[in-house]
Amino acid sequence: MDIKKNIDSIRNDFPILSTSVNGNKLVYLDNAATSQTPNCVIDSISDYYKNLNSNIHRGVHFLSQKATEIYEETRFKFKKHLNANSTKEIIFTSGTTHSINLVANGFNNSLKAGDEIIVSSLEHHSNIVPWQMLCEKTGATMKVIPMNQEGELNLNAYEDMLSKKTKIVFVNHVSNALGTVNPIKFIIDRAHSFSAKVLIDGAQAIPHFKVDVNDLNADFYVFSAHKFCGPTGVGILYAKQSILEDFPPYQGGGEMIDEVTFEKTTYADLPNKFEPGTPNIAGVIASGIALDYINGIGLDNIKKYEDELLSYATQKLKTINNLKIYGTSQNKTSVISFNIGDIHAYDIGSIIDNLGIAVRTGHHCAQPIMDYYNIPGTIRVSFCFYNNFDEIDKLVNALNRAVKMLS
Amino acid sequence: MKIKDIQEEIIDEFGIFDSWMDKYEYIIELGKNVPKINEDDKVDENIIKGCQSKVWLHAKKSNGLVQFYADSDALITKGIISLLLRVLSNQKPSDIIQANLDFIDKIGLRQHLSVNRANGLNNMIKKIKFYAIGYNNK
Repeated sequence: MDIKKNIDSIRNDFPILSTSVNGNKLVYLDNAATSQTPNCVIDSISDYYKNLNSNIHRGVHFLSQKATEIYEETRFKFKKHLNANSTKEIIFTSGTTHSINLVANGFNNSLKAGDEIIVSSLEHHSNIVPWQMLCEKTGATMKVIPMNQEGELNLNAYEDMLSKKTKIVFVNHVSNALGTVNPIKFIIDRAHSFSAKVLIDGAQAIPHFKVDVNDLNADFYVFSAHKFCGPTGVGILYAKQSILEDFPPYQGGGEMIDEVTFEKTTYADLPNKFEPGTPNIAGVIASGIALDYINGIGLDNIKKYEDELLSYATQKLKTINNLKIYGTSQNKTSVISFNIGDIHAYDIGSIIDNLGIAVRTGHHCAQPIMDYYNIPGTIRVSFCFYNNFDEIDKLVNALNRAVKMLS
Repeated sequence: MKIKDIQEEIIDEFGIFDSWMDKYEYIIELGKNVPKINEDDKVDENIIKGCQSKVWLHAKKSNGLVQFYADSDALITKGIISLLLRVLSNQKPSDIIQANLDFIDKIGLRQHLSVNRANGLNNMIKKIKFYAIGYNNK
């Protein structure tokens, strides 16, 4: 689909885009925080409760069987999209943070003092804190891959860090704060040569380009539905089957068991072992509809269009005096983090919010990056395929107005 | 001037503005005019937690009245602080403790702030009142 030609009809799929803020039409440029939801996804949630609502995997009745079927079809959709080997490798969770915690928990028994884990300096707090907790528990230590001024990882430093002690490496595919696309295939290959496992946080990658976990040879790949037009509260964890089989269950409950007596419980097979209790059935099914929706537009088309938005916006923003962009890698997604002179990001954010423009201000849950640049935070604009060029002009006009007021 | 009267004055001043852009413009002007605090007072123990931008606050008491000094790295925050100090600085500790700060709602500020900023504002008021309680007990 040619997005440029169809932008009006695409925008019509998203009812929230017609919201008015203080008499101005909403310009939503906070897509890296959460993307908006198209009618088909909203309808699927309401359809589920109107026509399918029941508990899956246990009922013999019509509704339960039907809901189970669609839930499992959704798992297959994600298996196919990611090019995983089996649906046993797809676990539904409540989000990326939950997925990372589940994986970190899996290393509880095998990690020991003297072991090392490597993290990138571009990580979101959710990919730092669970591993710090794991280090505290096990006595393992954490090493950090440094970054450069452009917001790219120093791969030489990474190679120097790797050793037989390295057990886990975790890196995001795309930095949420700067938009840098990390060379994860290289990172994974190098880690594997030391038999270390690699977790990739793909929350900011999946909405913007095609990801093939088999080709990447990732051990774990995690992301959230709400970043690619799905509902909140659904995460997808891809993990290699052999690893998941060795992992202990993360949470106990119904549905993840094989047999339960008061003496001993045996656990269910994958993927149920990691999905205790009643899952977010409506949300999972709606996430599959969101996946169909972005695939309907085509991720290659999305990438091409968003690249155009990024380059147009970068050019336009550079016309503002004293505007400094953080994260200038040649390989980035449609995220621009910046400050203007010494004006505080919150001041600008507040004023342009008043003009209907939604951006993120602050440290973007990535304080180590802000510390590196020695700034308290930035203004971050992040685009989705439903944004248009006119919205970028509105952003630039609003920024100019804010600068005038604040100087 | 009494706390209640200063609040009335501020509500009147904001009454002339039609839009929030105008109100922001006024708040920013107020922010620019807040006297700078001593660099020595910009220490971590004077930072108010829970604010999205950095806010420093400290207080002194002379002639039975409490004076507050504050600063922030963000201008809008500074403007909001200047309104608070205009109402609460140079007042008796007991009056500060009992003050009902209804001007914040009446000028529409609280409704206009994001939840984070509103929490920051509440923390600022709390800290001001703590100072007043401390001075009241001395």
